[in-house]
Amino acid sequence: MIDLLLSPLSYAFMQRGMAAAILVGILCSVVGCYVVLRSMAFLGDAVAHAILPGVAIAYLLDGNLTVGALLAAILVGLGIGFLTRQGNVKEDTAIGILFTAALALGVALISTIRTYAVDLSHILFGNILGVSSGDLWLTIGLSVIVLGSVILLFKPLLIISFDPVLAATLRLPIGLLNNLLMILLAFTIVIALQTVGIGLVAAMLVTPPATAYLLTRRMAPMMFFSALIGIFSSVVGLYLSFYYNIASGAAIVLTATFLFVLAFLFAPGRGVISQKAHKSRVLRG
Amino acid sequence: MDELNKMFENLARLEIDHVYAGYGNNLILEDLTFQVPHGGQVAVVGPNGAGKSTLFKVLVGLLPLKKGNIFIHGLPLGAHQDCVAYVPQRGDVDWKFPVTVRDVVMMGRYGRLGWLTRPGEKDHQIVAECIHQLGVSKLANQPIGELSGGQQQRVFLARALAQQPHILLMDEPFTGVDISTQEVALNLLEELHKQGVTVLVSTHDLNMAAERFELVLLLNRKVIAFGPPTEVLTPERIKIAFGGKVLFIHGAAVVDECCPPEEQDNFGARS
Repeated sequence: MIDLLLSPLSYAFMQRGMAAAILVGILCSVVGCYVVLRSMAFLGDAVAHAILPGVAIAYLLDGNLTVGALLAAILVGLGIGFLTRQGNVKEDTAIGILFTAALALGVALISTIRTYAVDLSHILFGNILGVSSGDLWLTIGLSVIVLGSVILLFKPLLIISFDPVLAATLRLPIGLLNNLLMILLAFTIVIALQTVGIGLVAAMLVTPPATAYLLTRRMAPMMFFSALIGIFSSVVGLYLSFYYNIASGAAIVLTATFLFVLAFLFAPGRGVISQKAHKSRVLRG
Repeated sequence: MDELNKMFENLARLEIDHVYAGYGNNLILEDLTFQVPHGGQVAVVGPNGAGKSTLFKVLVGLLPLKKGNIFIHGLPLGAHQDCVAYVPQRGDVDWKFPVTVRDVVMMGRYGRLGWLTRPGEKDHQIVAECIHQLGVSKLANQPIGELSGGQQQRVFLARALAQQPHILLMDEPFTGVDISTQEVALNLLEELHKQGVTVLVSTHDLNMAAERFELVLLLNRKVIAFGPPTEVLTPERIKIAFGGKVLFIHGAAVVDECCPPEEQDNFGARS
């Protein structure tokens, strides 16, 4: 059994992949708590898709794909915030317009490239076993920035998310904090692309926090459990991917989904079964 | 009267000076001027749409002034970070958010703590006292979503108390809550009076305004009258403020409107 777990790690690419998967699991799950509680799932998905033109331009200019993705994600995220604040476009409409425009621009650019197939498919579906040591260092650096910000700014971020009226009376810089959260989300999404790809980033942002929400009643424990679920899903998913030859991103997301279903059914107090039991107890008196 | 005004000015902690405010092009408050002395307790009375909530939103910085000035302790609004606390009619928050009663009340301390400091022994003690004072100690570890409406209102009052404000604004704290929560809110007013906290409470209960408050602001977009209830709540002045919506039965004024409509609230859009 132990051999089964250790033997994959004798490959250097597998070690880097495991490290990246764990970091992505933690990061997505923690930042995802804000995504779930502030109903930003569509926004997260949109930003993930909107990085395509950044990647294409970086590819055409022979630059770093991750940096291109990061710039595109931040620009689109802040653009959506800007459009919404003008007051004549609703947020989900602004997201729909900007993210499809960015996606179309990405497709247009990519269609002019002849030999894109191999490199860009990694962006679309993730390629955790192709994580270079440079990628890993970038991931570590961005993880420290994002997690550090979430921990240091826990109180102001909690207030702007829970009670914007109190945030205003305490004269917190609400716009600045919202933009900061947007940038942290962009960082997280770009890091997550390596392991799960554009299509499945939203799952990593939403599923572990939603599971943790069913199991906890306070913000900090929700983040902690969410991170544990994210790590567990990433590690188990990666082993499944190694032994059964499944795409790594899909294996990770399916593992997280399985945990969510368990919590949805069995979570004490909040799960479907526990609520049914409670109701029948009440009915019987 | 001049002498009285002079005395008010000397003690004034809250000065409203020719204030105009509203939403977009829609002006709601016109040329408001009045001063509330240190520790004064003011009932803000007026018909629906008179601008009671708008006045509070302006005082707390949720709505910008169109014209005029507001001074607190002689300094313009915004110079003090955390001396005004505000309890909205019904907290416009996500009730499914994973926070307990204690967490919500602790948020009242965040203004004093700053962004990076963790709550200390003293903060926990103040939070526990405020929770106790509003009679929700047994619920301290409950998620706020599991509370009744009256209990939720108490939690928001406790949070305002934990802010240790110099000025406390309460928007219709006696509306739509159970009798015991009303009683708790009235006791709270007495306690705040002892502590010298300046309090503004909006209410449409004229009798409560007359009985429990030393000052009444009769408002209908403009100041109709401001002063002790016996001077302000005269039949003539009430008629000016409320128009035809008021009846006098055996000398008691009855207002023909029960529940304030949902106020237009453009604030708080999440993005």
